[in-house]
Amino acid sequence: MSVDLSQFIPNFLAESFEGLELMESSLLNLEQGDDETMNAIFRAAHSIKGGAGTFGFDHVTEFTHLVETLLDEMRNGQRAIKQDDVELLLVSVDCMRMLIEAIRDEGDYDKDKIDETYQLLLVALKGKEPDLLPTTNNSTDKSVTSTDGMTEWNISFIPEHHLVQTGNDPLLLFNALAELGELKVEANCNNLPSILDADPQELYLSWNLTLHSKNASEALIREVFEWVEDECELTITQNKPAECDVESANLEEKLTASQPADSNDTANLDESLTVEKVAENTQQEKQVIKAPTKSTSKTKVDAGSIRVGVDKVDSLINLVGELVITQSMLSELGSDFDLSKVERLTSGLEQLLQNTKELQESVMRIRMLPISFAFNRFPRLIHDLGKKTGKDIELVLKGEQTELDKTVMEQISDPLVHLVRNAVDHGIETAEVRAANGKATKGKIVLDAYHQGGNIVIEIKDDGGGINRDAVYNKAVEKGIVDAGTSLTDNQVFELIFEPGFSTAQEISDISGRGVGMDVVKKNIQALGGRIQIDSTPGEGSTFKVNLPLTLAILDGQLVKVGSETYIVPLITIVESLQTKAELINRVSGDMVLYRLREDNVPIIPIYKLFGIASDADADSLEEALLVVVEADGQKVGLLVDDLLAQQQVVIKSLDENYQQVEGISGATILGDGSVAMILDIPGLIELAMQNANHRLSSKTHSPSAEGAMI
Amino acid sequence: MPKILVVDDSNSIRDMVSFTLKSAGYETVEAKDGKEGLTRAQAGTFDLVISDVNMPIMDGITLCQELRKLPSFKFTPILMLTTESSGDMKMRGKAAGATGWLVKPFNPEKLLATIKRVVR
Repeated sequence: MSVDLSQFIPNFLAESFEGLELMESSLLNLEQGDDETMNAIFRAAHSIKGGAGTFGFDHVTEFTHLVETLLDEMRNGQRAIKQDDVELLLVSVDCMRMLIEAIRDEGDYDKDKIDETYQLLLVALKGKEPDLLPTTNNSTDKSVTSTDGMTEWNISFIPEHHLVQTGNDPLLLFNALAELGELKVEANCNNLPSILDADPQELYLSWNLTLHSKNASEALIREVFEWVEDECELTITQNKPAECDVESANLEEKLTASQPADSNDTANLDESLTVEKVAENTQQEKQVIKAPTKSTSKTKVDAGSIRVGVDKVDSLINLVGELVITQSMLSELGSDFDLSKVERLTSGLEQLLQNTKELQESVMRIRMLPISFAFNRFPRLIHDLGKKTGKDIELVLKGEQTELDKTVMEQISDPLVHLVRNAVDHGIETAEVRAANGKATKGKIVLDAYHQGGNIVIEIKDDGGGINRDAVYNKAVEKGIVDAGTSLTDNQVFELIFEPGFSTAQEISDISGRGVGMDVVKKNIQALGGRIQIDSTPGEGSTFKVNLPLTLAILDGQLVKVGSETYIVPLITIVESLQTKAELINRVSGDMVLYRLREDNVPIIPIYKLFGIASDADADSLEEALLVVVEADGQKVGLLVDDLLAQQQVVIKSLDENYQQVEGISGATILGDGSVAMILDIPGLIELAMQNANHRLSSKTHSPSAEGAMI
Repeated sequence: MPKILVVDDSNSIRDMVSFTLKSAGYETVEAKDGKEGLTRAQAGTFDLVISDVNMPIMDGITLCQELRKLPSFKFTPILMLTTESSGDMKMRGKAAGATGWLVKPFNPEKLLATIKRVVR
């Protein structure tokens, strides 16, 4: 029979990745760990090897076998736990990950790296070569050189009395033997005790077996008795090649006598056993299983899969149950409705609201994973970076159980890595500098995640030297990002490091500072609807604070009215909403209007103008108008709206997929009344408004006549 | 229909073994470590136990020893699933009362062929 196992490969891959992560984090914590840590590492490797072998990923098995052997020696105390070995094991974990990723992606892997590490493992294990190759149990395939003539084997099998008590059954052994050729079985009942003395749980028989076979060998025969060889006397002798004696053995009467009365496994011995199978037949029956590696379509892992805890699914089912009850109550109410039932209707609708809300939260929870999934890679990263830079760094992880949407997690991972690299490279000083400044020589990086008002905040905090304000400023001037002499607040200076092409590193190191870093980090975070803030104190360190929405599918929005249109402003971008006062309005030049907001001058963007729609309000009067101050890219602007409506969660529908991309709009949603509302893309909107303003400005200076063409 | 208890801490191995057995017409019950295996074993009778050796909480060797103490498992075949082909591990298994062993990696044919040696 053929069993297609490829459906289990995704499961194996997921499990392997988990195992590798466990191996990595445990290896990094080996100093603090106990015996169980080592055992857990070993088990993880062991499982990966076993799984890989089962699914036919022999290259993984072969590689992992060495890792496992090394771990086994460490676990048994045969080998002291040395840093060198731990480093080698960490590299090996990388290699295993690479191999398994290659299986998942059906891609290639760096064979040189694998070979190199394989050799290193061999060297580490030297003196152990004989046991190095994984045991592939293909004894049935290594058939003995077949001779034309039959060979006759005489086998004397004298089991110990307790043989059946380990679950072995002589009859089944003979069955296996019969598959090798023609078998003749003779039972020897001489040692049977009297019925009164016999223990029904013991076995008193012995056997003489004669096997006629073309391709049996002593090794093959011994293999049949492999499990019982220590519990029996086994003699195997080979007679001269003989003609096949076609004579079937009937075991019935002889075996019944030996029946252990209450034994489960030997209960059916009275059925007759006719042994006449020929070895060739079994060979033909053998089917080759399709190698999983080759079934391309099935091995492809569904990248969209997610493992969900049973509790989450249970809570969903529970909620759906409640929803069904509410629904049936409402439909019963509606079938014969009169005004006396209004109260019950209202309460029913309230219940529906509650159900929907809970159901929504529950469904969102399914996509949530603890942020430890993203944090797990950092101990290793810090370990490697510490080695590379020669800095001694302690990593502290906090709030690892904080849950985050899977997609957000996947996309925030790389930016976080960059921020941590930066903290090590530019933040933490060398031990000498730290000592000179009276700080502990060991640097510290804290990764913290927590919820704050419907958002998740991830902090990357180092106790390094802080951002050198002057160095950043001078660099920005040098790069032409700001004009010399511009007065900037500290925060504005810090924001400069997010400018494209900015890098303060004196030399470009291979860790960070390739000059493509921080602007990309910021872009990625913004693409997720988040923002990043910097706080830095010279000599004490810096904190990068990443603010992210919990999920990408739902957005907390402020509904605003402009003319007859309703727009949604993402709540995360809103700084404040206010009514304008005439004395704070500043017309700079032409259309550009600034509003004095404490120490800031905030440009006012009239949305109706930007989108070219009719506004309710008197277009020219900015007095007592409603202004929603939003911030993106460190730039604040005031959106001029006609009215503030409700705040609510909205489900984001992509405009790209349903219509096309529209500048200044990030998506759409459907409101309770069925109408469609656009979700404003604040960074895009600001950019759009600035472009328009610049355009106007330049067209005014160059061709004043074109003024009328502008919005 | 013979009923088989499959004990392994690896989901994929357990799934794979179970799937293979089910497609060959066996009934299976799964457990993810020795402790759970023992609990499941106490709750019913089985024609065969297939257990991994290396598992958290309770390893396969201990499970085997515990099972042999149960009257209903005195004669039940117990196969140890192991990648360790060393004689030592096999001997430890036998000493604990295991019937035999199945060396990983194995393919479904090998698994079923081996099972045929202990379950009829």
